[in-house]
Amino acid sequence: MGGSSPCASCKLLRRRCAKDCIFAPYFPSDDPHKFAIVHKVFGASNVSKMLQELPIHQRADAVSSLVYEANARVRDPVYGCVGAISYLQNQVSQLQMQLAVAQAEILCIQMQQEPALPTHQIVSDDRSLLHSNLSNLPQYLNFASTSNVIQDPLKRESLWT
Amino acid sequence: MSNSTRCAACKSLRRRCPQDCTLAPYFPSTNPQRFACVHKIFGASNITKMLQQLPVHQRAVAADCISFEASSRVRDPVYGCVGIITQLHQLILVAQRELAEIQGQVALYGAQQGQEQKRMAQSQVHQYNGPIWFTTSQQDPPHLD
Repeated sequence: MGGSSPCASCKLLRRRCAKDCIFAPYFPSDDPHKFAIVHKVFGASNVSKMLQELPIHQRADAVSSLVYEANARVRDPVYGCVGAISYLQNQVSQLQMQLAVAQAEILCIQMQQEPALPTHQIVSDDRSLLHSNLSNLPQYLNFASTSNVIQDPLKRESLWT
Repeated sequence: MSNSTRCAACKSLRRRCPQDCTLAPYFPSTNPQRFACVHKIFGASNITKMLQQLPVHQRAVAADCISFEASSRVRDPVYGCVGIITQLHQLILVAQRELAEIQGQVALYGAQQGQEQKRMAQSQVHQYNGPIWFTTSQQDPPHLD
């Protein structure tokens, strides 16, 4: 066995850290909390299986998203990540309403003015594209009552470390 | 206990399903896929621990959220739920930019309308056919005989 220290996973699991340890590149020994939280929520063997099923170049992102989800679930044991999704969907709905109001206002103004005045077609094209994006957004949640969800549960948290 | 009364979790784990099974209320045998997803991502013992740590009245919502997270992860093994959060963030940014632009347009049109109305009001004053001596250099009205 070489002199290099075991990764955070092998330290926590109290086992030998092999050269080809699947966790070692993503769970360095200087950040034991990162693996601890992922292990608590998902379990080491599940994480290992998930990583093994992914190509190597996607594993770092997968670990980051797992850490994010695990943190969310520990912070909010009922809603987890879903709390953030619910909050953001509410924001999207509100923006959709505001956009609809603003679009109606513009339409009103344009109809009142003479046809010769510019109507800014570019804005209306973008509007229709955005509007279709917002209206095609799948309703991810139809069970969590939004009134029960913590507002802005993951304030300013960086997704990617 | 007969096989037909086992919940999806106990059926999958091939064990007896007790009357006080923690998972039974949330993973009925009618939806085996739901438990299969959460078991694959979280593991049965983790889900059991998570639900047991919650008061009973919160477990149904928690089970639904866990199930949603698990199925998102199965659908997108790299980003899972976080992919949805990222997508929503981007939509919000785009929507905010569009809204700012449209509101700017509304303000501009409003200002143009205001100026137009002012111009029209001023031109009406100039068209007033009042007594000529108002528009000439004469200070006093002509004397009437």
